[in-house]
Amino acid sequence: MARYLLWRVLQAAVVIFVVTVVVFFLLHQIPGGPARGILGVQATEDQIKAFEHAQGYDQPVPIQYLHYLGRLLQGDLGESFQLNQRVADLIGARLPKTLVLTVLSTLVALLVAIPLGVWQAVRRNRPTDYLLSALTLLIYSTPVFLVGFIFIIVFAINAAWFPVEAPQADTVAGVFADSQALVLPVLTGAGVVLAVFSRYLRSSVVDNLDEDYVRTARAKGASEARIVTRHVLKNSLTSLVAMLGYYLPVLFSGALVTEKLFNYPGMGLLFWNAAQTSDFPILLGVVLIISIATVTGSLLADVAQALIDPRTRRVKA
Amino acid sequence: MSGPTARRLKVFRRNKLAVAGITMLGLLVLFCFAGPLVYHTEQVLTSLADSKLEPGVNGHPLGTDDLGYDLLGRLMLGGQTSLVIGLAAGVLATMIGTLWGTIAGYAGGWVDAVMMRIVDAGIAIPALFLLVVAAAIATPSVPMLILVIGLVSWLVPARLMRAESIALRSRAYVESMKVMGGGSVRAIGKHIIPNAIGTVIVNVTFQIADAVLLVAYVSFLGLGIPPPAANWGGMLSEGLTYAHDGAWWLILPPGLLIVMTVCAFNFIGDGLRDAFDVRFEGR
Repeated sequence: MARYLLWRVLQAAVVIFVVTVVVFFLLHQIPGGPARGILGVQATEDQIKAFEHAQGYDQPVPIQYLHYLGRLLQGDLGESFQLNQRVADLIGARLPKTLVLTVLSTLVALLVAIPLGVWQAVRRNRPTDYLLSALTLLIYSTPVFLVGFIFIIVFAINAAWFPVEAPQADTVAGVFADSQALVLPVLTGAGVVLAVFSRYLRSSVVDNLDEDYVRTARAKGASEARIVTRHVLKNSLTSLVAMLGYYLPVLFSGALVTEKLFNYPGMGLLFWNAAQTSDFPILLGVVLIISIATVTGSLLADVAQALIDPRTRRVKA
Repeated sequence: MSGPTARRLKVFRRNKLAVAGITMLGLLVLFCFAGPLVYHTEQVLTSLADSKLEPGVNGHPLGTDDLGYDLLGRLMLGGQTSLVIGLAAGVLATMIGTLWGTIAGYAGGWVDAVMMRIVDAGIAIPALFLLVVAAAIATPSVPMLILVIGLVSWLVPARLMRAESIALRSRAYVESMKVMGGGSVRAIGKHIIPNAIGTVIVNVTFQIADAVLLVAYVSFLGLGIPPPAANWGGMLSEGLTYAHDGAWWLILPPGLLIVMTVCAFNFIGDGLRDAFDVRFEGR
């Protein structure tokens, strides 16, 4: 177990390093450079040169990368060009709000997906199973923003049960205080992963029901309900937890779309606004934070799975 | 006909949803590519006097959009773009992923470790965020969207093909070919990829479905292809901005066509997966 843990942590560190390289060099492909984006089309060549010199953009890219990495190790993500604030502060203020949205959406999705997937697996290959499979695929195939938009039309405009806009508060406490406004964004976010989770769980339970240990349990006279709840579900939920780690990028992408649709001032909206103004340090910072979150998430998920299920503890490349 | 192909066809045909998927896709292709041959409309010059006409008014069966384009004709034109981008990006992603994963798995050792850490890093960066950046720095066009979506979507196929490659490289026929002096290129090109073709084919269909959705998301985030070009995602997101006028006909048709296309490819993918008897995590 110790060897597996060491191997996985080392692997995660390498991946994060590769992410910094990829992201840094990718964003340096911006034509015209950030200077033009910040100073505008009317800036003179001299002004551009002065700005690039002040920001260190006139140095060779590999040198810039080393400087960037050095600052990063001190927790410095740079300063936003447009908002005149430290990127770390900007992200720090918005990340918790994005986490509120994604965590609540995931919980809602799991609450629906787990019973649905299990029920479908137990009654597999019957009309209700086919119907629900088609239904979850329909949800999967619908763009999230269309789902959210239908929610707005039906529940916010026609029925007026919920506000059209997400909570606008600055703090997490403020967001929860405005919980009425949180309902539609959370439901929309849940739509992103609900279909994926229930489809995954259905096939996982179906696979597990074919395993030898289930046959043994059946031979010993255990009821179908007991087999599913006591034996199969434990294995299937473990692999679902492991999958959650890998689905973090999907959840964050969903948050980007949901935050834009409901004007929820989280990290996704910050990122989207930064993309409109070529705010280079924010784009870099957000992508990096999300990547670190994803790598850490999959690491934790793998370790949790290894703790519960020794079969997954093999050291793999 | 006999052999594996016939057996696969039989399994595929037994899957009613898969057959429905093929039928839907056939109708969609017919609508988008043969439709304009029968139903002629003006899709370049705007006609602002005819802006946002309701369905049925002035000989426009599905009404017109904010620029006065006939919506039915525009759905055909936009569908061509959406289908072409989805198809090309899905194929491109699968090609890159297949080569990358097969080589990594076949080489093993350090080459494999380095190649797969790059894949891990790519998976950690959400594709949509990369697309937003890419579209913010370059004006989106059809070739650019194909390239960018292809370049952010090859990671999952790479992982799947690596696993296939590792399983196949130690098979007796690959080993004996190496003993006879066959090189790595021959092993990968003639033996490993052809034997993992099921995984490749199933993956292409799922990749195309996801690419069609990605185009819609990119358009929603305001980074679609500018007019007079059209695509369903762009039409849908534009329609949403006129929802307060009650212009439902700008939203419903493109939305339905996107959902139908993505469903069709997923149904086909499910059927092919059963026919080739390959496993897909998360599907």
